[in-house]
Amino acid sequence: MSCIQIDPADNIVIATSPLKKGDVINAAGRDITVMDDVASYHKVAARDIAKGEPVLRYGVSIGEATEDVKAGSHVHLHNMRSTYLPTYLRKGE
Amino acid sequence: MIIANGYLRKDGRKGIRNVVVVAYMVQCASHVAKKIAEGFGDDVQLVGFTGCYPNDHANRIMTRLCTHPNVGGVVVVALGCESFPRNALVEAVRESGRSVELVVIQEDGGTASSVKKGRDAVSRINEAMADVPRAPMSIDELVVGTVCGGSDATSGISANPAVGLFFDKFVADGGTGIFEETGELIGCEEIIRHRSATPEIGEEVVESIHKAARYYTIMGHGSFAPGNAEGGLTTQEEKSMGAYAKSGSCSISGVIRPGQIPSGKGLYLMDVIPDGEPRFGFPNINDVTEIIEMAASGCHIMLYTTGRGSVAGSAIIPTIKVCANPETYRRMPGDMDIDAGRVLEGRGTLPEVGQEIYDLVVKVGGGTPSKSEALGHQEFELPYKTFAIEESPFDCGCAS
Repeated sequence: MSCIQIDPADNIVIATSPLKKGDVINAAGRDITVMDDVASYHKVAARDIAKGEPVLRYGVSIGEATEDVKAGSHVHLHNMRSTYLPTYLRKGE
Repeated sequence: MIIANGYLRKDGRKGIRNVVVVAYMVQCASHVAKKIAEGFGDDVQLVGFTGCYPNDHANRIMTRLCTHPNVGGVVVVALGCESFPRNALVEAVRESGRSVELVVIQEDGGTASSVKKGRDAVSRINEAMADVPRAPMSIDELVVGTVCGGSDATSGISANPAVGLFFDKFVADGGTGIFEETGELIGCEEIIRHRSATPEIGEEVVESIHKAARYYTIMGHGSFAPGNAEGGLTTQEEKSMGAYAKSGSCSISGVIRPGQIPSGKGLYLMDVIPDGEPRFGFPNINDVTEIIEMAASGCHIMLYTTGRGSVAGSAIIPTIKVCANPETYRRMPGDMDIDAGRVLEGRGTLPEVGQEIYDLVVKVGGGTPSKSEALGHQEFELPYKTFAIEESPFDCGCAS
């Protein structure tokens, strides 16, 4: 098992082991090709997510896509953001 | 379902343990208190308040702990000159039907004779406690709390949702649950509002989360740490939802503050953020503080979810470690009660883990020690806080 979908409504899945670009995972009943190297417990788009569309985890919005995200892409700070509070990172990161 | 032969207290509540607490009234009395408790075994436990300045919150938490259903008797140890109103505490404990004795070091001849007096008191109380009436205790008389600590990216995927499933079943069976950390509900306001039993409770819940957001802003510190992003979390609301998952999906019956006893059954949110302007520093300086506050509100058992592997336990109530990360479980099996992380390796499902938690709660309720309890973990911490609560801090909370 290489990923987990927490809620049926989610448009992302969580990697449960490190994934390599080109790996095929079964995300919510559908085989998708992973587009990036993804570390354990990071998010992978389970379907295409349009810019501005909410990213759904636990069946609720955890932020919005800041660009069009293709199914199989790593979903993180580079392509989504909070609709609530800016995320604090250490200086220089 | 009958789960235990409980210890019946005068207020009608039942305990799953029958311990003596030795309670110091200021740090300066803690050495004598420690010497009094030493050597009696795990059922004589040390609690106390270190501060010398008066604080209603500390008075309330100490009173609630000394009249906790798991406590059968109390030795109060004062230095003599501290602010803590020791006589009011002694009176409240006596009122609750428990054996209580007072040692005042400055009046009882100093360290050596106070230790002797206190140890004799423990022996007498132990004897008296053998006569505490017993009564069958059913699952719906149990109060279970939950906290998370030493979290990592697995916490919100395995252990927390499994605890949520536990609460859904436990509350449906008539149990009372308490969850907390309103600072980690930031971003979940509208979702949690809709789970509230009434619009008024919904308003109170949202208010408590806004209070947390304001408090954290003033302190210059929220709950999202850079390490969270390294672990795969991207936003505050994502982290919050992971913590929030511990509360399951059942209706929320009310909001309580630390030391307030839930007025009915169901699931309650504990608002741990002090009222008014920030005064004494961070709201909860560590996980143990949170467990102790929940014990004071009557929790019999604490479900403690952890990814990185916290080992802390608690005085007075057993804590059950629900381990979110399968690697951590393999590294620290002696401390972890439940291997919730196995769902991440395809060795089981969240509902199975939820049921396993339920079964273990029943067992620990029936007297089986949890792992941290068997290892002798009895951590305790009670910092200064301010809450706008009307009831007297020395009301033992028993009437409700």
